[in-house]
Order: sequence, then C-alpha cells, then structure tokens
Amino acid sequence: MAVVELEAPASKPASARSASLSSLVHSLVTTVDHKKIGLMYIVMAIVFLIIGGCEALLMRWQLLFPRYDFIGPDAFNQLFTMHGTTMVFFMGMPILIGVGNYVVPLAIGARDMAFPRLNAFGFWVTLLGGLLVYFSFATGGAPAIGWFAYSPLTERTFARSAATDFWALGLVVSGTGTVAAAVNFLATILAMRAPGMTLRKVPFFTWTMLWTSVQILLVMPPLTAGLVMVLLDRNLGAHFFDTQNGGSALFWQHLFWFFGHPEVYILILPVFGMMSEIIPVFSRKVLFGYEFMAAATAAIAFISMGVWAHHMFTVGMSRTADLFFAASSLLVSIPTGIKFFNWLATMYGGRISFASPMLFAFGFLSMFLIGGLTGIMLAAAPFDFQLADSYFLVGHFHWVLIGGTLFGTFAGLYYWYPKATGRMLSERLARWHFWLLYIGFILTFGPMHISGFLGMPRRIYTYEVDRGWDFWNQLTTFGALLQTPSYAFFAYNVVVSLWKGRPAGNDPWDAWTLEWTTPSPPPSYNFEQIPEVRSRRPLWDIKHPDDPDWKYE
Amino acid sequence: MSELAANTSGFADHGGTTGLPFPPAIAPEKALNTAQWGMLAFLLSEASFFSTLITSYLAYLGQDTAGPTPREVLSLPLVFATTICLVASSGTIHLAEKRLHENRAREFLLAWAATTGLGIVFLLGTAYEWRQLIVEHQLTISRNLFGTTFYTLVGFHALHVTIGIAMMLGLAGLMLGRRLSIKEAQPVQLVSWYWHFVDGVWLAVFTIVYLVGR
Repeated sequence: MAVVELEAPASKPASARSASLSSLVHSLVTTVDHKKIGLMYIVMAIVFLIIGGCEALLMRWQLLFPRYDFIGPDAFNQLFTMHGTTMVFFMGMPILIGVGNYVVPLAIGARDMAFPRLNAFGFWVTLLGGLLVYFSFATGGAPAIGWFAYSPLTERTFARSAATDFWALGLVVSGTGTVAAAVNFLATILAMRAPGMTLRKVPFFTWTMLWTSVQILLVMPPLTAGLVMVLLDRNLGAHFFDTQNGGSALFWQHLFWFFGHPEVYILILPVFGMMSEIIPVFSRKVLFGYEFMAAATAAIAFISMGVWAHHMFTVGMSRTADLFFAASSLLVSIPTGIKFFNWLATMYGGRISFASPMLFAFGFLSMFLIGGLTGIMLAAAPFDFQLADSYFLVGHFHWVLIGGTLFGTFAGLYYWYPKATGRMLSERLARWHFWLLYIGFILTFGPMHISGFLGMPRRIYTYEVDRGWDFWNQLTTFGALLQTPSYAFFAYNVVVSLWKGRPAGNDPWDAWTLEWTTPSPPPSYNFEQIPEVRSRRPLWDIKHPDDPDWKYE
Repeated sequence: MSELAANTSGFADHGGTTGLPFPPAIAPEKALNTAQWGMLAFLLSEASFFSTLITSYLAYLGQDTAGPTPREVLSLPLVFATTICLVASSGTIHLAEKRLHENRAREFLLAWAATTGLGIVFLLGTAYEWRQLIVEHQLTISRNLFGTTFYTLVGFHALHVTIGIAMMLGLAGLMLGRRLSIKEAQPVQLVSWYWHFVDGVWLAVFTIVYLVGR
C-alpha cells in the first residue's frame, strides 16, 4: 500500500507530460488559428534554413581547395539543386507567409484570416511539397538540375531517375499551398479590415503582403504550368522541352524566369513592409512619405512582371529584347530608390534606438543597398554579357537575398517575437547573432564578387590550381563557417527566451499598430472588441487622445 | 489588458466631457465580402495559369516536325455545337442565380440542372472529339508538338469543366438533402462566377485553337 502511494506521485508527472505533449501535437495538427499556423510556417522555414545551410556548407567545403575531392561532382550538383530549391520555396516564402499569417490579422483588427481551414491546408500542403522534394533522395540521389531546372536537363534522356519527378511534383504541391495562402491574404486584407481602416490607412507590412499576394497569384501558376509540362514530357512522352521534336529549351527559361524574377520581389516586398514598420517605431517618427512608399510598392509589383528576361541576356535574344529588358530592369531602381530615401528621411532627425530589430534593419539597409547597386550593374546588358553565370552573379543575388530578405526577416522576428511569446529575446545574444552574421556574411559573399571578376563560373564543383581563385574561395568558406554559429545564437536565444526572457507586456516597443493593443501572446480570438481605426497609427491615437493622428491625416 | 480594452472601448467617447478632440464618425465601406474576394483571387491565378497554356500553344503552333496539323484533324461542326452548349450554360446559370434571388426554388433547381446537363454534354462532345482524334487520326500527346499542346490546353480546360460540374452536383445535393438552405445565395454566386470564367476561357481556347490557329 505504502509502495503504491510512493509510486503514484512519481508516475503522475510523466504521464501528465506525455498527455500534454500529445495534446500539444493534437492542437497543432488540428488548429486553424492563424497565429499557430503562422508559427508553424516559421518553425518549418527555420528547419529548412538549417538543412539548406548545411547543404551550402558542404558545397563550400568542396570549393575550399582547387581539385579538392570532398564530395565530388554528382553530390555537388545535387546539393546546389536542393540548396536553391530549399531556400527559395521552403525557407524564403514560408517564413514570410508565416510572419504575414501571424501579424496581418492582428494588425488590421481581425480575429483570424478569411479562410482558416484553407490556411491550414496551405501550410500542410507546403510541408508535404517540401517532403516530396526531399523524397527525391530516396530515388538514389536528388535531381542534379539546379533550382532553375534548365531544359533539356530535365528531360528523361538526361535525368533518368524519378528524382526530377519528385522535385517537380513537390513544387507543384507546395505551389498550390502558396497560392492558397495568397488567396487568403488577399481576401483577408481586402474584406476584413477593422471599421475605419481604409486601404489608405493599412499598416505598411499589410500593404506589402497584399502586393506580394497579387504577385504570387500572377506568377506561381505559370511555374506550376511549366512544371506540369516537365512532368508530361517525362511521363507521357510530350514534347514541350524536347528539342529533337520541335520543342524549345528556351521556352522553359522564359516560363521559369517569368516566375523566377517576380519571385525575388515576392521575397523582398514583405521585408520592405517590415522595414517600413520597424524603422519608424525605432526612430520615434512617422513613416516618411507613406503615399509614395505605397505607390512604390505597387510600382515594383507591376514593373517586376516585365523584367524576367534579364536572366537570359546571354542566351542570344534579339537586340530589341535585350534593350527592353535592360531598360525595364533599370526602371525598378526608381521605386526602390524612393523607398530607400524615405527610410533615410524617416530616420533623419529621429531619436534612433539600436534595439535588436533596428540593428537588423540597419544590416538590411546597408547590405541591401550594395546588392541593389550590383543589381543595377547586372541589369545593364553589356556588363551582364561579361559577368553572367559568374560568381559575381552568385555574390549579387546572395547579397540581396541574405542582406535583404534574411536580415529584414530577422528584424521582423526580433520585433514580433515578444508579441508571439510574451517574452523578450536576449539583446546580448541578439548582438552576437547580428555581428557574427554581418561579418560572416560580408566575408562569404564579398569575395564571390572578386572571384567572379577573375572569371570563376558558377555551378562548378572544383577549379584548377593556376587560376588564382583559391584565396577568394577560402575566404568565402571561412566566412560561411563564421556565419554558422550566428544561427546557433539565434536558435538558442529563441528557445531559451521562452522561459528565461523578460516578460514583454502588451507593447514593449511603444509601437503604434493594432497588434500591440492585444495581450502577448494574444488570445485565440485576438480582440475582445473589434477596434475602430481613424488613422495610420491607431495605437498612437489611443495613447494620445489629446493629439491624435487623424487630425492631421 | 483590461486597461487597453477599456481604452479601446472608450475610444469613441473621448470628445465632449474631457475637452479632447472628438473623433469623426466612421463611414461604412461598400465592398465585396471575403468569399467573393477569395473567388476573384483564385480566378486571377487561374487566368494566369491558362494564359501560360495558351501562350505555349501559340509559341509551338506550326513548329511540328511531324503531322498531323490542326487543319487536318480538327472538326469545326462538332466543336461549334459544344461551344454553343457551354455558352448557353452560362446563360442558364445566370438565370438560376436570378431565380434564387426571386425565391423561386423550383425554377432555380431546374436552371441549375440545365447548366449541369449542358456542361456534361460539353464534356461528352470533348470525349467524342478526343476519341476521333486518337483512334482515327492517331493524334496523341506524344505524337507531335500539336498533340502535346492541344491535349494539355483542352485537357486542363475540360478538367475545370469537370470540377465545375462536381461543384454544381455537390451544391444541389446539399440543398436537396436539406444540409444547406436553398436560399443560400453565396455559394451559388461563387460557383456561377467560376462557371462564367471557365466559359470565358473556352471562348479564348475556341478562338485560338479552332478559328485563328487552324
């Protein structure tokens, strides 16, 4: 009897723990709450970030020495296919959709997304797509086709295993999820804003998510159609990209880049939105030129639909086409420049604080500027003729995707983490994270520009001893190794702060948008009462009833 | 939290007693609801999808290395008949929606059934056409580029007609089984928008494949 009594308390917590774990899993699998789904998107994206990062490290180690034999050409080609695919489709887009999912309904004063079940569908289908793409390893090796999957590499003749089919199928499936998310964002933002929040008063991140969604709706289906054509070619003997029977390898490039170029704007517009919310809050000023910023967002979304063939200057298009696409690509720099100057004008004369979100925003501003400038260089067709498919290009797009999208997304994660968890992240660890990433990033991708100038082509698994590329490649690999622990600092900070973090309160940053009126973390219904909005800074109006914004807007 | 909630709820009352500026009244916005925006967004993505397929059809038109060509095998009279069916079904579904608004449930169901029937006739016509093409002309998806692009474009359209028919049957089933009120206009409107879109796509396909590209 005594033994039983002694054992009972010991066994109770264990069973309670497993019960709480299973109920947690059950609640995640069955949830339709936009906040939980948003967090699941973010966690999934970070897992894929780690996987894609490990793939990059393996490739960097292979390139450490000339004629080095670490993983060899086959594995190298598979890894660069999977690295690109993972980072674009399963890291970049999901993390932005995740943050959008979490923040947008809160920021516009809604209780959930427009279609909660479609939202859950979108997440699970994206995850399924990622698993399908990685399932290609089970066919004896991932596809060795690059994330751009140029024809005729994807034809049966050149890619005989089913790996390419799994890759294409996975992207079709996850593309469906992405379109579902875009439909949801569009309906939510256009029909569920709080009373009084006209389209001219939406928080800026919400505005950019709207345009990102429009872009997704316009460019994701052409990629899906192209992938279906690849699948038909491979499995039913169709001839879309079969050059032996009149098909065109060039047509795939058009289809792919018609998606591929707007895709990079899909990856950067939401980040522009995060910057446009974070910079004002940490400069203690309103966003400078809201209308111009809003118009610039729409302009980027439109212009970016007509620039895709600047990826194809060296395939031999007509001179007219070269001129058109060079001019349209240069045109993008105008609205982007407007944004930059407006951010600077927002900070000008402001009381700037360097809390972690603003630190990463500075990382974004300084690095994305450089990436934008090398972009302008590459948009000029004659310059591109010299450096297309060189490491200069690899340096350029990593500079915008990491210096832009990743730094900006980290700024957003540091900004909204207290809202989602009710705890503050450690600023000390955030600084370690930032500086290691900043320096490691510059060391990784800066030398790529130089090895590109020295003639190193992209997508090669090794190089000759006498080319003079060793030093720059070693510097790149060293930079990659320096970056690596920064992600560990971030992951450690995110996990440990859940317990150890300082309680955040509702509004730790003294911000102005509606999400900061809710408790942290917000209840499942978000708002007890749907708020009414009269200006772009509804929370400012609540805090300062004597001097509300609506008097001036 | 309660403090902020109190603030939020007291938001409209700041004027008057305290001498603070009195917030202006909020004008209600007139716009579409979530379901309507959702369907429009979905149809936008569909338009982009079909534009890609049509572009690929046009890009590869006349690039074949082997026959048959569209002129040799496509039968106009048959397709004319199926096109009329589909255009007529757009009319009947519009009628159905109108009757629903007038609360004439019986006539609504009749027009709804007519739409479904016309859609099925269209599909049967396509099936007959494909049988002719495959059996008599040996035109398959792997025969030549024309077969590749033709079956992909027309096939994806037929798939969308099939999905439309399934939605109409499903909705009618729910209504007849009393799981959904027959007065529920929203799903009917959304299916109707979808159906008009599929009809519009067909008019583009018909013009490009059977008239211009022949």
